[in-house]
Amino acid sequence: MAVTSSGTATVTLPTDEQILITREFDAPRHLVYEAWTTPELVKRWWNAKRGEVTVAEIDLRVGGAWRYVMVADGGFEVGFHGEYREIVPNERIVATEVYEGMPDGEALNTVTFAEADGRTTLTILVQHTSKEHRDGHIESGMEAGMQDAMDLLEEVAISLR
Amino acid sequence: MARAATTADAFNAVAEPRRRQILDALSGGERPVNDLVRLLGLAQPQVSKHLRVLREVGAVDVRNEGRQRLYRLNGHALKPIHDWVKNYERSWSERFEQLDVVLDELKQKEEGDGSDE
Repeated sequence: MAVTSSGTATVTLPTDEQILITREFDAPRHLVYEAWTTPELVKRWWNAKRGEVTVAEIDLRVGGAWRYVMVADGGFEVGFHGEYREIVPNERIVATEVYEGMPDGEALNTVTFAEADGRTTLTILVQHTSKEHRDGHIESGMEAGMQDAMDLLEEVAISLR
Repeated sequence: MARAATTADAFNAVAEPRRRQILDALSGGERPVNDLVRLLGLAQPQVSKHLRVLREVGAVDVRNEGRQRLYRLNGHALKPIHDWVKNYERSWSERFEQLDVVLDELKQKEEGDGSDE
């Protein structure tokens, strides 16, 4: 495959209520923005190799809603939705995010696309209203991580057939 | 993935901002209690209380030197937190690896639309 990985995501916890995710991509920012905001493309990457994205609704305007649903390979469904608060095409998207398994915790996400020499640095700042919600958000990723381990096991099992 | 709601857990031990301040202060090296009292601007009993919680989860070690009690950081106890974040990080890494593939296609498509190199 001609794909060169640009490295792993960096996750830091700048404050009690925040998560900061950073990653560099070998593509200009208008393409990263396109992949980020086009439902058919989101469906191809947002599953994190852990299932199938069955819903990717994007009403890309201030006040517009978004909703993503993934059916994980184990059969359970995870849904996220929110509302766009600020949109600067190819530069910045601010939107709320609610994990439907924990509807009390609404986060405000600021996604920034910065380009230099044809490469794009993507940053996602997740601002939660409390540490409990922030921690719950990270743990939702942990469940997916366990799912991932099970997927790997399954792959191994298939290869042995 | 529920965690025990007790202070005897590295996660809860570092959940308190003052305790994180102590850990930050100790990341530069061993310090006596008096130093920490001064740095945090808290009364000694409060600082001692925070230090006790950190000691219980093993996040700090203590030793006596003369009349002073010296505290230092123990990174091993904080590893569960590191691992916890790493897991979340991996899930995003996998997402982004797939995004790389999508971007590669978009780039090729764009080059195809324009002049070929």
